[in-house]
Amino acid sequence: MASITLEGLKKTYSGDVHAVKGIDLQIEDGEFVVLVGPSGCGKSTLLRMVAGLETITEGTLKIGDRVVNKLEPAERDIAMVFQNYALYPHMTVYNNLAYGLKNRGFKKEDIEKRVRIAAKMLEIEDFLERKPRKLSGGQRQRVAMGRALVREPAAFLFDEPLSNLDAKLRVQMRVEIKQLQRRLKTTSLYVTHDQLEAMTLGDRLVVLNAGQIEQVGTPMEIYSHPASMFVAGFIGSPAMNMLPVDYLKAQGTNGLLDNLPDGTDVVGIRPDDMHLAPPTALHLTVDSTLALFEAAGAESHLYVTLADSDQPTVIRVSGQPPVAEGETLRFFVTRDALHPFNSVTGKRTGD
Amino acid sequence: MQTKRMTYPGRFLPYALLAPQVIVTLIFFIWPAGQALYQSLLREDAFGLKTTFVGFENFVRLFRDGSYLNSLSVTAVFAVGTTLLSMTMALLLASTVNRMIRSRSTYTTLLVWPYAIAPALAGVLWWFIFNPSIGIVPYMLEMVGYRWNHRNSGSDAMLLVIFAAAWKQISYNFLFFLAGLQSIPQSLIEAASIDGASPTKRFWTIIFPLLTPTTFFLLVVNVVYAMFDTFAIIHSTTAGGPAQATNILVYKVYADGFVGLNLGSSAAQSVILMVIVVALTMIQFRFIERRVNY
Ligand SMILES: Nc1ncnc2c1ncn2[C@@H]1O[C@H](COP(=O)(O)OP(=O)(O)O)[C@@H](O)[C@H]1O
Ligand SMILES: [Mg+2]
Repeated sequence: MASITLEGLKKTYSGDVHAVKGIDLQIEDGEFVVLVGPSGCGKSTLLRMVAGLETITEGTLKIGDRVVNKLEPAERDIAMVFQNYALYPHMTVYNNLAYGLKNRGFKKEDIEKRVRIAAKMLEIEDFLERKPRKLSGGQRQRVAMGRALVREPAAFLFDEPLSNLDAKLRVQMRVEIKQLQRRLKTTSLYVTHDQLEAMTLGDRLVVLNAGQIEQVGTPMEIYSHPASMFVAGFIGSPAMNMLPVDYLKAQGTNGLLDNLPDGTDVVGIRPDDMHLAPPTALHLTVDSTLALFEAAGAESHLYVTLADSDQPTVIRVSGQPPVAEGETLRFFVTRDALHPFNSVTGKRTGD
Repeated sequence: MQTKRMTYPGRFLPYALLAPQVIVTLIFFIWPAGQALYQSLLREDAFGLKTTFVGFENFVRLFRDGSYLNSLSVTAVFAVGTTLLSMTMALLLASTVNRMIRSRSTYTTLLVWPYAIAPALAGVLWWFIFNPSIGIVPYMLEMVGYRWNHRNSGSDAMLLVIFAAAWKQISYNFLFFLAGLQSIPQSLIEAASIDGASPTKRFWTIIFPLLTPTTFFLLVVNVVYAMFDTFAIIHSTTAGGPAQATNILVYKVYADGFVGLNLGSSAAQSVILMVIVVALTMIQFRFIERRVNY
């Protein structure tokens, strides 16, 4: 087990593609860090540089106290779980798990013991003699995990390991990965484009955009204090609503918007911070028309059109309020629900 | 799985569409094959005046004939040598090209050219390269103290025809190996390298086993090629000599039948070749049914 340190890590592909533009990050020993960001933002590239599958254009990478920039993947003492699992199709599950141990010259009894333990932990004991193609998606996923953990590496690297599973299995495996990591306490770096997966799995999240870090923090820090409009829009579903300050002021504001930080011209409001009943605290009042009602079981999403504006806006309420499409809706927002941003820099202006 | 079925109006059209293929097969395959079968049971006298029915005697004679047995073993050496050489070289080239990124298509194009060259020309080309008086290779071998002469050394002659035949087949093998290599997901290789396997180990434990279907397919194709498609190469280089050292089965059929005019024996040899090709084809078909072996 070890910490992972990234200092000014950069990756430039030939043809001037700057996939990763200078990442500084410290992953503590035993920590579960999730790299999250939209497709093409350089998550895989960054992870593959840590794994040693991609050369590092610039910067320093340390695993533990060792600088590993020039080391082969095998010498970095890491294990990786691939998106497509990358199981060896011509080997049985047992041999898939044993392959890395054999290559490292483990004794036969040791291999046997470790494979059995890993198989038991992942509940794949019954398939040890099967070939991967005779397994379901979820079982393959487990084997891929097993192959990573038999070696007891210093760190696990995951590249969107759940994206090939159906929704239900994905939730189940998410929980299992989390529990497994808690139990083994192995430093983990996990890549995903799914913000919910990121929120639920990570001790800390790193939000990546266009090869750069937008924000680092615990899931709740990031959710309650997004550092930029990008993060605000990316984390949380439905996405945060962005309303221009000028528009709100024109609606009459009770002086609520007078003490916004300097430079604020947009405020973000989470869909669940828009209330249909007036709160006791000082609040804004906005009129809108319900364009679309989306019932999602325990909660409902109300897609509304604001009066005198074409800003798409969504409200989340629990249960199913008695409203009909086309009806006029008045909603209320308190001061502490406002996230102040500057639309030019895209950054948060205060709080 | 659902199969798509075409329906035609009337019953005539399908037969009409099939007819050209059937006619070609009949004229150029079934009929000569039938002739060969029939001839193989006859003996004709030296002047072609009288033929007698002799049953399987032509076959019995063949297997007592030293020169035929020699031809069998020459063919075996030639087929094995050609197959091994061309497949090894092709796999080597394909793995190298597979690792390239920018120049891959250029190399692929260049490596495919030999396949477009007529076998007789390939033979002549190698005959020049190895020509004992003017060739470049004998000249260089001379410098390290080896006197190359395929005109009187049987083993030199065998090497020459193996080089020529293998060289022509490398292109074909290369294309299949390259396609095979490209169908192996990169992530498998990456997983293996994280799993601590050296490049050599990755080749033998991951890549080579996953290429098995391709390798097996090519094995059959190459043996068939070496046994049946190399007539022109032999004819233009060694003509079966010296002292029958490169007289492979197909060449012997020609030499005995058209030069020696021993039609009965030649026909019997053709029949044996036919049996061999049918056997090889069956092996190949059985294998294609179960293409994936893992
Ligand atoms: N081998 C490569 N050559 C050139 N550009 C690449 C290569 N691999 C990735 N890229 C580019 O780098 C960027 C980041 O890719 P990637 O790390 O795969 O994104 P993500 O995993 O976040 O979806 C993309 O714009 C992609 O097109
Ligand atoms: Mg990716």
